[in-house]
Amino acid sequence: MSPIFYFLAMLTLGGAVAAMSLRNPVHCALSLVVTFVGLAGVYLGLGAHFLGLSQVLVYVGAVAILLVFVLLLTRGSGKDEFDERPDRWWPALGVGGGLGGVLIAVVLAQPGLALRTAPPELPTVRALGESLMTDFVLPLQVVGVLLTAALIGAAVLALSDRRRTPQDSGPVTSREEGETRR
Amino acid sequence: MNPIVPHLIVAVLLFAIGMTGALARRNAILTLVGIEIMLNAANLSFVVFWRFGPNPDPQTGLMFALFSIAVAAAEAAVGLALIIVLFRHRRTTSLDAADSMKG
Repeated sequence: MSPIFYFLAMLTLGGAVAAMSLRNPVHCALSLVVTFVGLAGVYLGLGAHFLGLSQVLVYVGAVAILLVFVLLLTRGSGKDEFDERPDRWWPALGVGGGLGGVLIAVVLAQPGLALRTAPPELPTVRALGESLMTDFVLPLQVVGVLLTAALIGAAVLALSDRRRTPQDSGPVTSREEGETRR
Repeated sequence: MNPIVPHLIVAVLLFAIGMTGALARRNAILTLVGIEIMLNAANLSFVVFWRFGPNPDPQTGLMFALFSIAVAAAEAAVGLALIIVLFRHRRTTSLDAADSMKG
């Protein structure tokens, strides 16, 4: 294995540990970006170029930004966001460490783990697009429907309470009062 | 050494870290971050088995990971919308406040 892989693995795991252990949620979101970028580098090293690019586009460009937006929108919940009780960490560390130990033991216990000796011919983006349009056209459509439904659902969820609790949103109430006065 | 092993160990450690955080953190957003890390670990193992596995088809594993990224994006959008609704009702994003299904 190349030293680049070990560097990227350290970056990824260090970012993940920081994202899960820092106290300030904004710092956690920024450490998550480090994890995503490190994983994209690992994908590039594995030859999955298009996947590494989409990892950067989707996770760093969309998911992390969305997380930061929601973190800043839900600011001001008092000390709750910094108030991590340490008594939860020990059971969680037990579960996580036990699971990690069992899985590592399973990985190390497979001497004949599936290994292709010759490296595969890496598919070009053109080949990926062609197979998306031929072999994988049904999953592609299903994912399209899923994304549309999920985003419409997210918008409906996030907007739905404007009418029912008008005291929560100042500008809407003043506009509504103005309309009733008229 | 078999090059599949260090990659898989990175995926396993990433999954364990994500699960520990998702169980331990009280902030709902950070629990979602833990779930994202676990999904990324699963994606990494897809790519590793695509690269080193004996499957002759050169694209199936990559496609699996691509679709998994798309589904994870949808999951993040819906989860964050739910967190915003929770914040609007309870004025907090602590998971300990989300103890009833009635608004």
